[in-house]
Amino acid sequence: MNRREALSYVGILLGGTIIGADAFLAGCKPSVKKEGLFQPEDLALLDEIAETIIPATPDSGGGKAAGLTTFMSHIITDCYTENERNVMLKGIDELKKDCLAKHKKDFINLTRSEKEIFLTQLHEEALRYVKTDAYMKAKETFDKQQDSWVKSEKERKNFGAAYLKENFPPHYFTMMRQLTLWGYFSSEVGMTKALRYMDTPGHYDGAYPYKKGDKAWAI
Amino acid sequence: MSDNSYDAIVVGSGISGGWAAKELTEKGLKVLMLERGKDVKHIQDYVNATKGPWEFPHHGNLTLAQRKANPNRIRGFGPGEMNLDWWANDAETPYSEIKQFNWFRGYQVGGRSLLWGKQTYRWSDIDFEANSKDGLAIDWPVRYKEIAPWYDHVEKFIGVSGSIENLPQLPDGQFLPPMEMNVVEKDIAARVKEAYKDIDQRRIIIGRCAHLTAELPGRNKCQYRNKCHLGCPFGAYFSTQSSTLPAAMKTGNLTLRPWSIVTKVLYDKDKKRATGVEVLDAETNKTYEFKAKIIFLNASTLNSTWLLLNSATDVWPGGLGSSSGELGHNLMDHHLGSGAGGRVEGYEDKTVYGRRPNGVYIPRYRNLNNEKRDYIRGFGYQGGAGRGRGTKAAEEIAVGVGLKQALTEFGGWSVWFGGFGEVLPYHDNMVTLDKNKKDKWGLNILAIDAELKENELNMRKEIVNDGKEMLEKAGVKNVYGFDSDGVMGQGIHEMGTARMGNDPKTSVLNKWNQLWDAPNVFVTDGAFMTSAGCVNPSLTYMAFTARAVDHAVNELKKQNL
Repeated sequence: MNRREALSYVGILLGGTIIGADAFLAGCKPSVKKEGLFQPEDLALLDEIAETIIPATPDSGGGKAAGLTTFMSHIITDCYTENERNVMLKGIDELKKDCLAKHKKDFINLTRSEKEIFLTQLHEEALRYVKTDAYMKAKETFDKQQDSWVKSEKERKNFGAAYLKENFPPHYFTMMRQLTLWGYFSSEVGMTKALRYMDTPGHYDGAYPYKKGDKAWAI
Repeated sequence: MSDNSYDAIVVGSGISGGWAAKELTEKGLKVLMLERGKDVKHIQDYVNATKGPWEFPHHGNLTLAQRKANPNRIRGFGPGEMNLDWWANDAETPYSEIKQFNWFRGYQVGGRSLLWGKQTYRWSDIDFEANSKDGLAIDWPVRYKEIAPWYDHVEKFIGVSGSIENLPQLPDGQFLPPMEMNVVEKDIAARVKEAYKDIDQRRIIIGRCAHLTAELPGRNKCQYRNKCHLGCPFGAYFSTQSSTLPAAMKTGNLTLRPWSIVTKVLYDKDKKRATGVEVLDAETNKTYEFKAKIIFLNASTLNSTWLLLNSATDVWPGGLGSSSGELGHNLMDHHLGSGAGGRVEGYEDKTVYGRRPNGVYIPRYRNLNNEKRDYIRGFGYQGGAGRGRGTKAAEEIAVGVGLKQALTEFGGWSVWFGGFGEVLPYHDNMVTLDKNKKDKWGLNILAIDAELKENELNMRKEIVNDGKEMLEKAGVKNVYGFDSDGVMGQGIHEMGTARMGNDPKTSVLNKWNQLWDAPNVFVTDGAFMTSAGCVNPSLTYMAFTARAVDHAVNELKKQNL
């Protein structure tokens, strides 16, 4: 298979789980101080969120075991656009405040079931958020700006601009969830324990038995 | 022989350069192979080949800073965190785009042979006769029967897996055992064959590819890792490093010089022969001259032409090989990015084992047997079926054990086909030297002015419509069509700009890949192509290279060069 097909093919194979990738269409000016973007307490919070989204189960560790805060801070610092990063950083503060208002406790001190309910509600809020008029209007304006930027760059023969077009960030929790799923299923524990990983399969079988509940291949 | 003097010089170390070096050294010539980039040693320099994504800070993804610094490299999916330095870096390799042209280059020993798609197909006389029959551009000076023995020669050495199909438009070759179609591909292939048996005999076959399904000397069989783009520690796919370079080295006749940017072919206007090349050392910025009796240009299509445009300008203002006025013209590619896909129901008790670095192939079926569409020439499809991870439940569960479980299981099967279409040779799709812009070495850069035209755009519509219809006939659900990335260069199959022909007035090279203007200079990378066909072209470059070397050495013996 040609490497180009291979990518599309992988895209199909990964199905819905490649969702984090849309946060990576980059654009704005990178302008962050690299060090100290996250306070230790923020990392602890992200650690708990990741573990709530993907918890440890008898056969495999969860978000914490996968060391996802390292992955998340690398991605947010190095790969996110300024817009995406701002939404994420503001989101962390919002989440803290919401949690205190609702439970009079920090997120990390909630029970497991409280954490799950809290994040499930946040997930639902995130789904509603992108359907609000305010969000859609802001997104439309933003997309138009991006399109006109690409167009004017094209006129200047900078054809690479189209590939740096920026996406309007979704709700911050959508990004947290995407980062968790993406990071987890490309982590060592996610790929080798939660999924089946074979570095060197050695041969090919195009009709290999599978039954509901079996682990999928990691790649 | 003095230190700077050789029998032959090969410019470039990729797919065709490696072949030139192997054939020349095996025929006893002392050869200097020049490579503009760094050395990459077989196996030992494939440092990321056995790593998991978790061993990279961004699990394989580029950072925003890397993306912004590389507005050309990021136009393809190839470059990532694991192999970015195998793709030419934007800052050091600028080019001017009159129209958008996505140019992906591999500046290291092995060139793009480390990165290529490895699909390997023969041309047929339907391709070699196409220009003549259509009255378009110029006729090819070569026919299938002349190149067939060289296809045999190359296939036996590099190892090509494939199935015998007896198709006139896609001649069979010297194949290793074919790879296997998966269960879904087999069923779709059977349904498509049945559905089109009275229409156009359309067929789905396993891809023919340069991966070993049986061992060859010094190389292991494919281990189904599908991490080829990081280098294969088993030497299972054809690359310069796994195949031609060790053969050339074994002769004791090869000198390989990395970091050597060839800036000029040196030309003696009295003898009407090239005498050597000028080299800029990319590490020291020093200039050297190397002399040889024959010179093979295998710098990759556009770089070989760049080198000619930059040579002998005191004799021909348009450069060495420009006397016909065709040097730099007729730039082609394959257009891709249009096709169709859908969801396949059932087969829930099956998946695949192993990651097959190959897909299935639908050979050209349009405009054969006197069919006439609203475009000329044709296309093939490459694609495959696979099973996605993540069940439906994953879409409904926000967090927790249920979400994790849903994402660790397989979901349904899907199938996908993308077209690879022929781009016609248009005189005004062209490259020139940009006299106003220079790279960091002070060399004028290339300006590229090329686009897809009506014939290609009409063909793309048919690729989408045919693909959708075919999948629907095969019982595929939720069928969709797509059409994106229709940009010249995106196929990474640059061809033409120094075409071969029968007449020095209309072509740059003769039928033996010799420059009409300097017969001891041979151009055997994609630049020589007179038309583009619709199959992946590397095998054809290799076969023409081996044939040109044979001719060159015979001519050298007869003292004709």
